[in-house]
Amino acid sequence: MPEIKVTPLGESGAGRGAQLHTIYVFIYVYMCINMCISVYSCVYVGAGQDVGRSCILVSIGGKNIMLDCGMHMGYNDDRRFPDFSYITQNGRLTEFLDCVIISHFHLDHCGALPFMSEMVGYDGPIYMTHPTKAICPILLEDFRKITVDKKGETNFFTSQMIKDCMKKVVPLNLHQTVQVDDELEIKAYYAGHVLGAAMVQIKVGSESVVYTVKSTYATTIRDSKRCRERDFLKKVHESIERGGKVLIPVFALGRAQELCILLETFWERMNLKAPIYFSTGLTEKANHYYKLFITWTNQKIRKTFVQRNMFEFKHIKAFDRSYADNPGPMVVFATPGMLHAGQSLQIFKKWAGHEKNMVIMPGYCVQGTIGHKILNGQRKLELEGSVCVSQLEVKLQLEVKLQVEYMSFSAHADAKGIMQLIRMAEPRNVLLVHGEAVKMEFLKGKIEQEFSIDCHMPANGETATVQTNPSVPVDISLNLLKREMALGGPLPDPKRPRTMHGTLIMKDNSLKLVSSEQALKDLGLNEHQLRFTCRVFSVFSPVLLQVFSVFSPVLLQVFSVFSPVLLQVFSVFSPVLLQVFSVFSPVLLQVQVYLTLSLLLSLLKGFSVQLLPDGTVMVESILIKVSSSPEDPDSKTLLLSWSYQDEDLGSFLSSLLKKGLPAALC
Amino acid sequence: MLDCGLDTTSVLNFLPLPLVHSPRLSKLPGWVSKDGSANLEKELKECAGRVFVDSQPEFCLPERELLDLSTIDVILISNYHCMMALPYITEHTGFTGTVYATEPTLTIGRLFMEELVNFMERVPKAQSATCWKNKEMQRMLPGPLKDVVDVWAWKRSYSIQEVNSALSKVQLVGYSQKVELFGAVQVSPLSSGYSLGSSNWIIQSHHEKVSYVSGSSLLTTHPQPMDQSSLKNSDVLILTGLTQMPTANPDGMLGEFCSNLAMTIRAGGNVLVPCYSSGVIYDLLECLYQFIDSANLGTTPFYFISPVANSSLEFSQIFAEWLCHNKQSKVYLPEPPFPHAELIQTNKLKHYPSIHGDFSSEFRQPCVVFTGHPSLRFGDVVHFMELWGKSSINTIIFTEPDFSYLDALAPYQPLAMKCVYCPIDTRLNFHQVSKLLKEVQPLHVVCPEQYTQPPLTQSHRSDLMLELQPPPMPYRRCSVLNLPHRRRYERVYILPELANSLVPSEIKPGVSLATVSAVLHSKDNKHTLQSVPKPPPVAPSKKRKRVLEEPPAVLAPKTLLSGAVPLEAFLATLQKHGFTEVKVEETADGHILHLQAEDTLIQLEEDGTHIVCDNNEPLRTTLRDLVLRFLQKL
Repeated sequence: MPEIKVTPLGESGAGRGAQLHTIYVFIYVYMCINMCISVYSCVYVGAGQDVGRSCILVSIGGKNIMLDCGMHMGYNDDRRFPDFSYITQNGRLTEFLDCVIISHFHLDHCGALPFMSEMVGYDGPIYMTHPTKAICPILLEDFRKITVDKKGETNFFTSQMIKDCMKKVVPLNLHQTVQVDDELEIKAYYAGHVLGAAMVQIKVGSESVVYTVKSTYATTIRDSKRCRERDFLKKVHESIERGGKVLIPVFALGRAQELCILLETFWERMNLKAPIYFSTGLTEKANHYYKLFITWTNQKIRKTFVQRNMFEFKHIKAFDRSYADNPGPMVVFATPGMLHAGQSLQIFKKWAGHEKNMVIMPGYCVQGTIGHKILNGQRKLELEGSVCVSQLEVKLQLEVKLQVEYMSFSAHADAKGIMQLIRMAEPRNVLLVHGEAVKMEFLKGKIEQEFSIDCHMPANGETATVQTNPSVPVDISLNLLKREMALGGPLPDPKRPRTMHGTLIMKDNSLKLVSSEQALKDLGLNEHQLRFTCRVFSVFSPVLLQVFSVFSPVLLQVFSVFSPVLLQVFSVFSPVLLQVFSVFSPVLLQVQVYLTLSLLLSLLKGFSVQLLPDGTVMVESILIKVSSSPEDPDSKTLLLSWSYQDEDLGSFLSSLLKKGLPAALC
Repeated sequence: MLDCGLDTTSVLNFLPLPLVHSPRLSKLPGWVSKDGSANLEKELKECAGRVFVDSQPEFCLPERELLDLSTIDVILISNYHCMMALPYITEHTGFTGTVYATEPTLTIGRLFMEELVNFMERVPKAQSATCWKNKEMQRMLPGPLKDVVDVWAWKRSYSIQEVNSALSKVQLVGYSQKVELFGAVQVSPLSSGYSLGSSNWIIQSHHEKVSYVSGSSLLTTHPQPMDQSSLKNSDVLILTGLTQMPTANPDGMLGEFCSNLAMTIRAGGNVLVPCYSSGVIYDLLECLYQFIDSANLGTTPFYFISPVANSSLEFSQIFAEWLCHNKQSKVYLPEPPFPHAELIQTNKLKHYPSIHGDFSSEFRQPCVVFTGHPSLRFGDVVHFMELWGKSSINTIIFTEPDFSYLDALAPYQPLAMKCVYCPIDTRLNFHQVSKLLKEVQPLHVVCPEQYTQPPLTQSHRSDLMLELQPPPMPYRRCSVLNLPHRRRYERVYILPELANSLVPSEIKPGVSLATVSAVLHSKDNKHTLQSVPKPPPVAPSKKRKRVLEEPPAVLAPKTLLSGAVPLEAFLATLQKHGFTEVKVEETADGHILHLQAEDTLIQLEEDGTHIVCDNNEPLRTTLRDLVLRFLQKL
């Protein structure tokens, strides 16, 4: 029995079951012919220390595919990369993996890619969309710089490794069907939310798997997103009205651009004058990516792009370090997103002491970062480094007075989105991985209840196996198919399904379904005719014969309907009639034929019964001949002949006729 | 329907539509036949010996009478040049189908249509000439007008509403995307290398493959290279859209274009380049980008004037995944893929929606103007022809191959302006096609009649035609071709339950057979075979006797038998089963076995066995089963 195996490699086991604050939801949906496995993944942060990394192994139809290759931002040791030793203990991954697919450019989905391809060793194709291919190496390089150059870590990939890794990338276009090899094909679909994010369908034969990052079907997500957006704008607006300064720590790509568009249109609409700044460098470049890859953004942005490219901002200007001290309200987007270093931290330090100001955290924060601390309500922060005051080393302390806001994402709506996606994909199995145990249990119950399908929750490193039961594709001869469809009529009768017969020829891995005659011809076989012939000495009631000789033509019509009744009626008059009609002996033979015919007609409804010119009656292909033996003209014989193909009917008729006709009618 | 292009050469028979009043054109004499019998001076004007229709230009439409357009389910578009007749096909015809095209094809096709509508509607003509179309009249007309056919089917331009409505029927597709049509066939566009988003199409079922190759290019210009390998194993390949300039080398033409341009500018003249607003113009601009500094043209203004100039230039930058590899990798930097972004940024290239407005105040000479329409019958180009035509220091450079430049210039004669003809047509030439066909090896090739013989003007050039084995099947307008291909198989799916129940038996080494009895379900052209449902249990009947006598309800499988019954082995088997008294009689075709005790005959022949047995059903079935042992069931 064919099967599909799914093994999550990314998540470290610890996070499960902890009471976590869900801020981000990914959904993976696996689909098979009439079957679908959906993997629900939840990257979370909060008291449970864990920031997810995605890396899932799928085995389908003998192919092994790695879905995403994420890095764990919360660890600084080996644990930051997925455990590739699960796949193979020693040696390279090239032999084992048929391809790697990256869903989008977030580091928790692609951060381990150079490690996997260059340090563990993988030379096969890596598929990602054009925008992901463009942005992914920049984020990798950025991250490498922070890790290696600033923190001085070793055992990390180099710039050259990132470049070499990217050379193995094959860009995907939306809806393009990519043939990885003769059997494995993949196809990317638009998945929204992050530039270039894709849902990927993987297909081997008639089995297929769909892998997606956040559903686009989920209208509920959009609704709830709109609420969050309104909430965000309200918070910014209030702060500005108060004359406060708003800091939005962001990562260079993704949410930053969405928020910029939001603010830009809001400023335009409300005619606001307070300046919005965007910290320079990478982020400016990022906006440029959005401009060039505008076809990968939503319909609205694309439609209006000639009149006004959404990413050419009117109100948002480049930030300069000196602006932070300017008086009056302002909004600043600054990197990095977790307030652990760089410009965002510098600005934060400057503004933290005033209640009027505000910081809005639009994403998750790793434990240990300032972002993480203030989100947990810490109001006094010890800063790294120290100053010397009169030869005394004084640790810098920062009192946080500004408002701390967090853009939360409703997990409930995302659950709705998953339900909607499952409804559309009509899966048979659902797999949930990487999530908060309670929420996953809830979702599992809901899915099982609503769709009556199996729902699995494999743990990290544990393999979930789903049996598939694909249909067998066969080539049917067009003649056979057309004949069958013509016989079946335009609307088949469900009560009387037509059975079609054919011969399946299995030869050199090909399966051909042809009519039996065609099979004989194709294979150069001779047909062997098997025939049976029986003689039946029938016992006719002489009376009946007389009667019918007169009325035969008319009766034939009537008889087919009323036959049993009529026979009863006529049998009453028998003694008299016999005398009268015994004269017409030559006619009798003919009569017997009619009698046989009408009898059969009444009995064998649904079969073709016909009279041939030579007086033979044919039932389907069975021949029935009435003859009188030369020595005794009164004794009539029925000769029955059929081929093996009509064995059932022939056998039935022979025993029927043997009993004698009147007997058969009782 | 494969493509629906518009034949725009018909507009050459019309007088140009000037943007501003042209005294020259309005003073042209009306045409009166020599004997004075036909007077059409209101409709026809004479210019330099040629006669032109003074009316809004009209287009020659695709054939609309041959078939009922409402029966068309799908239109496949190969590139934006080949969709200009779409509104004539999809509007007011009962068309309810779907049009498939790539995103750049739709976007640029829309720009072309909007431009056309704009060109026509901004200079409305009060009158519409129809008298000349009268058969009696037309016969008396001179020159090309006399010979044009189907003039009554010519139509004026569509409206913007019709364009919008037609384009709303377009469904976007990506390269190598497999689109299921009604479950019967799969269509898939492939990169054809000719223009942004241009595609060849593959139409295939599980067993047949038809390729439609239209407007393809193997040259390296801006679009993604042509996908050749996917065309392999076609049963039929429909080939069209070859180069119209088989003798002109695009690279050479580009060089000539640049040198003529530089020469004119240096001499203080202006250069007019009539062109479409997308396509080759991108390559021209890129070529000029490299050429400007070396030719010392840094201060010369370049103008691109079209209602859709801005959109065209902007859109070209955002279709990265449809571009050639070099341009694609620029986006990763991130830089705009086309250098015209830089030309615009540095103010070397300026674009305007029309000659009115900003352009008239910013216009400096000498300059280079790119503008449409290449037929020189409408659009801003008409204005520049009137403006610059009288001076021999100016040059007009033709780059688009769709129109004969002599015909295009006819209504402007006498002309002092220099004319340079360097048509750039990057589509396949005959040499490239034969190489391609050798590579992809289709079973049959179907192509327009013109490709099967050398051009009329160069009848000695046997290299300017298709020579194939087997010869290509030519078609012409309104001809109906029967493709020499017979469909034999269709895909059917056997459901797992049925598949598991099949019992294959090996009939020859490597060949196994299984008889299949199943119920066929056909839905949306997809066929599945299911197990025959078990008959419901017979309701307990009071007349049990009758039940026994019911004829068999369902016809049993019509099993065929194969093989032969060998005499010796059969006799041995009979012996084993207690039939000892067997008399064997040899006949012409085999043997007759007489079972004497049972008074039963068995006739054994090479391809048949006949059992004659009276009134003894158990005996008959026993014999039957013995015979069947030696035979193969099918």
